[in-house]
Amino acid sequence: MPAEASHYEALESAAERRRAIFRWILFGILGLFALYYLIPLYVMIVTSLKDMDEIRSGNIIALPSAFNFEAWAVAWGGRGYAAGDVFLRPFFWNSIQMVVPAVVVSTFLGALNGYALTKWRFPGSDWIFLLFLFGCFIPYQAILLPMARTLGILGLSNSVNGLILVHSVYGLSFTTLFFRNYYVSIPDEIIKAAKIDGAGFFKIFFMVILPISAPIIVVTVIWQFTNIWNDFLFGSSFSFGDSAPIQVALNNMVLTSTSVKQYNVDMAAAIIAGLPTLIVYVLAGKYFIRGLTAGSVKG
Amino acid sequence: MISGDPRVPSSRNSYCPRSDTMDWLQKNLPRMVVAPSFAAILWFVYGFILWTIYVSMTKSKLLPIYKFWGLGQHFRLWRMDRWYVAVENLFIFTVLFLIICIIIGVLLAVLLDQKIRAEGFLRTVYLYPMALSFIVTGTAWKWILNPTLGVQKLVRDWGFTEFTFDWLVSRDMSIYTIVIAGVWQSSGFVMAMFLAGLRSVDDEIIKAAKIDGASLFSTYTTIIIPMLRPVFMSAVVILCHISIKSYDLIVALTAGGPGTSSDMPAVFMTQMAFHRSEIGLASASATIMFITVTAIIIPYLYSELRRDNAR
Amino acid sequence: MATLQVKNLTKNFGPTQVLKQINIDISDGEFLVLLGPSGCGKSTLLNIIAGLETVNEGEVRINDHVVNKVEPKDRNIAMVFQSYALYPSMTVRDNILFGLKQRKTPQEEMENSLQHFSKMLKVDHLLQRKPGQLSGGQRQRVAMGRALVRKPEVFLFDEPLSNLDAKLRVEMRHEIKKLHEQLGTTMIYVTHDQVEAMSLATRIAVMDEGIVQQIDSPEVVYDRPESVFVADFVGSPSINMIPGKLVVEGSLVAVVPDAQSSLKIPVSGYEFREAPRSGTGVLLGVRPECLMPQSSSEQTEFQLSLPVSLIELTGHEQNITFNFYGAEIVSRLPRGNQLKVGDVVPLNIDLGGVSIFDSTSRKRI
Repeated sequence: MPAEASHYEALESAAERRRAIFRWILFGILGLFALYYLIPLYVMIVTSLKDMDEIRSGNIIALPSAFNFEAWAVAWGGRGYAAGDVFLRPFFWNSIQMVVPAVVVSTFLGALNGYALTKWRFPGSDWIFLLFLFGCFIPYQAILLPMARTLGILGLSNSVNGLILVHSVYGLSFTTLFFRNYYVSIPDEIIKAAKIDGAGFFKIFFMVILPISAPIIVVTVIWQFTNIWNDFLFGSSFSFGDSAPIQVALNNMVLTSTSVKQYNVDMAAAIIAGLPTLIVYVLAGKYFIRGLTAGSVKG
Repeated sequence: MISGDPRVPSSRNSYCPRSDTMDWLQKNLPRMVVAPSFAAILWFVYGFILWTIYVSMTKSKLLPIYKFWGLGQHFRLWRMDRWYVAVENLFIFTVLFLIICIIIGVLLAVLLDQKIRAEGFLRTVYLYPMALSFIVTGTAWKWILNPTLGVQKLVRDWGFTEFTFDWLVSRDMSIYTIVIAGVWQSSGFVMAMFLAGLRSVDDEIIKAAKIDGASLFSTYTTIIIPMLRPVFMSAVVILCHISIKSYDLIVALTAGGPGTSSDMPAVFMTQMAFHRSEIGLASASATIMFITVTAIIIPYLYSELRRDNAR
Repeated sequence: MATLQVKNLTKNFGPTQVLKQINIDISDGEFLVLLGPSGCGKSTLLNIIAGLETVNEGEVRINDHVVNKVEPKDRNIAMVFQSYALYPSMTVRDNILFGLKQRKTPQEEMENSLQHFSKMLKVDHLLQRKPGQLSGGQRQRVAMGRALVRKPEVFLFDEPLSNLDAKLRVEMRHEIKKLHEQLGTTMIYVTHDQVEAMSLATRIAVMDEGIVQQIDSPEVVYDRPESVFVADFVGSPSINMIPGKLVVEGSLVAVVPDAQSSLKIPVSGYEFREAPRSGTGVLLGVRPECLMPQSSSEQTEFQLSLPVSLIELTGHEQNITFNFYGAEIVSRLPRGNQLKVGDVVPLNIDLGGVSIFDSTSRKRI
């Protein structure tokens, strides 16, 4: 009996020691990775607050000696810059003008499509969905040239409106996918009950479906906002000069400086360009993640 | 709205005759609603793709020529050194990107699965790079990897005066800087996918493994991770997809350089299309990209949909 | 050989107390069933015994050793789960042998155990398949095989039959009972199905809201429930509860139902724990099979004639619902009598089988 008792005790303390060591290693690794992900952000912020002399003499991790916001002012409003250099303010507004309509249009149409394809199925609706679905995956290089020409023909090249069209159209695949996957899991009985009550297609949509669609609307809006705000390919291919969206402006700013490279301005500009989507992510990260994992196809 | 027997649907209610047009409208309304979007997709996606494929088989230079030529552009493409560099880079990038992202993603997911208090915070930290555009990411890393003032200077300041890190401007190594930045951006996403997968594993299986005496490590390696094969597949497909489409990151980080040493198919295509007036050639490269993506996506979608139908 | 004791066990999940001062003594070879509704704490108690949950207060002892901090794998227990919990990416063979492999059991011993138990459970022809290719019943057998080869001192079952269809459930119940008779190992079984509990247990622990209401053999739990909860939970159709008041007149004790104060149901033969007092509010518990139509030759102490309100056929029996002055009471009778809805039938209560509960404390008096 005594031998058994100490046997159990020995097992107990060995297990406890193992658990403690394991916990330490766990936090160590997780902490290291947290640093890996956070350091670039830190470097960006810190660099944007230094002046160029400090940057040249110090290193990327060093803290700024003072919080110098001049680089930010230059990045945003261009004060003190030679004419012809890029600053972000007008392009920030371009992006806003582009994003809002595109998000609204693609989300609304996506909801209608998802609803129609799942709750009012007709012959071919499965094939139509597949064609939408595949549209999510195509490399946009395959449509760049014809799109450029089409925009030219429509008189929309080099304009924010042209970009609104482009983003609305290519957003349709994703928004339809999101809403379709969401509506598939809503029981058909709800629709049947409403039909028996005499409601028609649109009435059911606005009175029954839309009120319970809040989660997926949030996910879709966040997804679309993030993708369209962050777009560079369409922006750089279809608009030059004044109508460019912010990511294009950022890139131009960083690539072409007439005078000496101003790294602090570059970093401030990068932060400004990234701030909207970053804020959305911090506030509504849960929905952001849902969008990412909903996007990987689940039937 | 309905007169007569409320149990009878109004369309069959003999007290309230409906016109034929109303019936037709109700029946076809769903189709009509989907039609504009569907037409847009047909035109702007599939129509345009066909256009691109067709133009890839013409002699188009600055303006499209619609006379069929054959595979001439494709022969030209595959005889270009620059294209080979691009394809090789794509291959190197994809392999490294995939492997590193998955290793990091699985590792972080497993660690985060251990019921830690800071899980929410850490998840936010690991995933936030995905919220940034590739241009922002590229700009940030371009600065960090700056040959004179970036990492190299930092490490030298720490005392290692002989340390060099000029990968960004090295012809051989520039592609690897893209790997570094790409992994930073996307590995959080892989982590999120695997974490969701881990969480969907039935609790009772873990309990059974505990009672059977499996160590935590072998529970993960012999039981849980083999159960996650579908997640692996999804991750591979999505990462491949991101990789083939890589354009923004390269433009911001290296602009394809130095020279064309970190070129990738997407950058090549844009260059040919908009700066070299070679839209036939550009279309050929776009066609190749399209075919590659299709070859990966179609089997994947097929197996996913089949799995769902079997359930 | 294993005895198991739970002493003063308390478990909280956050602010909620899920188990409150549980005390149970299990002797070697017992088949103890933890019976109760969802949320009563029975699964939590099982998990604590297994070592899968920690304890806030109290001890768990196996063979008189406190095992609170001992890992599940070192407690010499095996568990069968509701969802079988088979490892999906392994074959049946690897599933069964997994625990033995972790203990580095010699190859020969593993093979022998595998052959022996897989034959016993009739899964020996399935060894190369994966769980996804098996039916529910086959999966459950494999899960049991995995538990058996470990030769544990205590078997734990967490609602193992809930996911099976009715017919299979009865079959597997027989198998588990036979297993217990064959092996004689201590078994602890969690279920919310009282039929399972009654047929399998040597003792039943009826639990509600974290407390053991009663722990006794099935016969005692059925015939002499300790509380209204136990009386109501065990038995189908449920026991009839007639609210009323005690009336004591000398040596005669009767229950006057609230619904019909002119009626006096004599309960003088009932074993009261304390002397009964007039005016005590009580609930008179009468099992359906203790309520039957009078045969014409019997003498009666009181007149109870009630109209039939509902007749339900359950195979070889009938459940007849009577209208008891506005309330319903149910009687269980063999088929054959020619009763119809609306018939007024004189009834007899077998007073030897009734239970009386205090209407405030809800406990047996």
